[in-house]
Amino acid sequence: MSNLNLANIARTPTGARIDLVMVAEMVERGVKVLDVGCGDGELLRLLSESRDVDGRGIELSREGVNECVAKGLAVIQGDADTDLADYPDDAFDYVILSQTLQATRHPRIVLEHMLRIGRHAIVSFPNFGHWSVRMQLLFAGHMPRTDILPYSWYDTPNIHHCTIKDFRQLCTEVGVRLEKAVALNAWGSPLRLNAPWWFWNLFGEQAVFLLSRKG
Amino acid sequence: MVEASLSSAHDAPDAPREADFPHDSLVAHFGSDKPLKLDAGVELSPFQIAYKTYGTLNADRSNAVLVCHALTGDQHVANLHPVTKKSGWWETLVGPGKPIDTERYFVICPNVMGACMGTTGPSSTNPATGQPWGLDFPVITIRDMVRAQAMLLDHLGIEQLFSVAGGSMGGMQVLQWAASYPHRVFSALPIACATRHSAQNIAFHEVGRQAIMADPEWRGGRYHLEGTNPRRGLAVARMGAHITYLSDAALHRKFGRKFQDRDNPTFSFDADFEVESYLRHQGISFVERFDANSYLYLTRAMDYFDLAADAGGILANAFKATPTRFCVISFTSDWLFPTSESRAIVHALNASSARVSFAEIVTDKGHDAFLLDEPELFAIVRGFLDGAGKARGLAATSLAAKS
Repeated sequence: MSNLNLANIARTPTGARIDLVMVAEMVERGVKVLDVGCGDGELLRLLSESRDVDGRGIELSREGVNECVAKGLAVIQGDADTDLADYPDDAFDYVILSQTLQATRHPRIVLEHMLRIGRHAIVSFPNFGHWSVRMQLLFAGHMPRTDILPYSWYDTPNIHHCTIKDFRQLCTEVGVRLEKAVALNAWGSPLRLNAPWWFWNLFGEQAVFLLSRKG
Repeated sequence: MVEASLSSAHDAPDAPREADFPHDSLVAHFGSDKPLKLDAGVELSPFQIAYKTYGTLNADRSNAVLVCHALTGDQHVANLHPVTKKSGWWETLVGPGKPIDTERYFVICPNVMGACMGTTGPSSTNPATGQPWGLDFPVITIRDMVRAQAMLLDHLGIEQLFSVAGGSMGGMQVLQWAASYPHRVFSALPIACATRHSAQNIAFHEVGRQAIMADPEWRGGRYHLEGTNPRRGLAVARMGAHITYLSDAALHRKFGRKFQDRDNPTFSFDADFEVESYLRHQGISFVERFDANSYLYLTRAMDYFDLAADAGGILANAFKATPTRFCVISFTSDWLFPTSESRAIVHALNASSARVSFAEIVTDKGHDAFLLDEPELFAIVRGFLDGAGKARGLAATSLAAKS
């Protein structure tokens, strides 16, 4: 099961997922990348085609892994929560967690491992602070369900939702440097860069953060 | 001196045994100037390697794929077997248009050292005595097999293999290739294997060896000289081993508790159950094509295999800075080489920052799944080789190569 309903995620006119394009634009050319929770390998393929990277992936679902390997991608079956510990320090330039943070058991530990294994980390996630989510809880009184988060509370793979504000707080606690951030609205357009954080937290449906180690 | 010749038993009426004069195989002869240095500390010379090739080597010699066979396999990977008349043991995977596409790749499959289908082994003639080696043959390791294969490649003028593929003992050779000759292996496909034989694996092999040695016809390994053949011992060894290649679920699905050609038990030790009859058949047909001493030597080679021990106890060091791209594959119901063993390989490769893919395939067919019709296995092997082919600059299809 995919963490998000990918049928409803915003795409470019050529069919590429806008959130993945945003991630790819944060990656330097020709670097070594680990994609944690790489799904069917769409981001790895995009990175290899558009950024000429040496990409590797970890994916929890066996179907996802086998699909990736059959596409010629270097992907292994594994769990972000348990298997990142096996990677040596500084093995990658970038470690990417795309739409997977909210499905991990220990998001903080995963984030710490990412910045141990890689010089940079890129994290994208659905923003649970979006106004439509807030409205559902406030007025309808039930756990929010959206186009890209269609699951009921009892069968969702997404067990650690956070808002943009929450994630910034985690970055401060972990002590990482925030290099760059983008928030996308429901149509996949980036919100104004100079907008205040509260505006992003209310109107951003998805967020993409580029992080690096401090010092 | 190295010579290659297409040899057949019909050319040699004085020694019609497959071990010296294999049917329908190429044979590379390595003379006294090219001894094989063995881990046992001795040199073997002269020796020969029987092998098969399929497809065509391209102009820059970059499309060679080495297929390594398992314990009871041989070089006849994709052709009718000259002894059993059955189809090749990996025809599901190797052939024109197959995942290991012989229209695209030049496939080489050698019979391993110590075996009995034309590569020098205990049933080959010892040139010093003119008699079969028997137990005078030195003990062979997986590393020795791979060292001999490297000499075969030198002989064929192939510096780098596009890929090395194999399952079970074949997978062990793949891993050994990557560890011993990292720059000669562009990509590696170790399937249903491990970097070492576990205590349980060794234990099963020991039961098989004891069955052979307990057969009075074994005669201390001198049965060729004494005109006997430890058929019963070898058949029992095969029956025991065959159980380890299948899963409980597969055996139950295939046979359950069904009776063989009868409705009621006979209250005797006849093969009442279908599964008994099946195993007996497996044992009997095996002795027609396999040599008992070879079984001892090859099981021993697997037992001694331990890549980490060869690398100072740290498995990752066996693959340090490896340029090879790997695709490790395991099967959910394989309890002989379980997925945990493949994961250990993957962890070691990750620690070496190797480019590795790992897939576990869901099947109830047990260890033998790597030889069977597993569409997901085919898709993964094809995809992996296609990806590696792009990186190696091989033409995308055989048609493109021809035009």
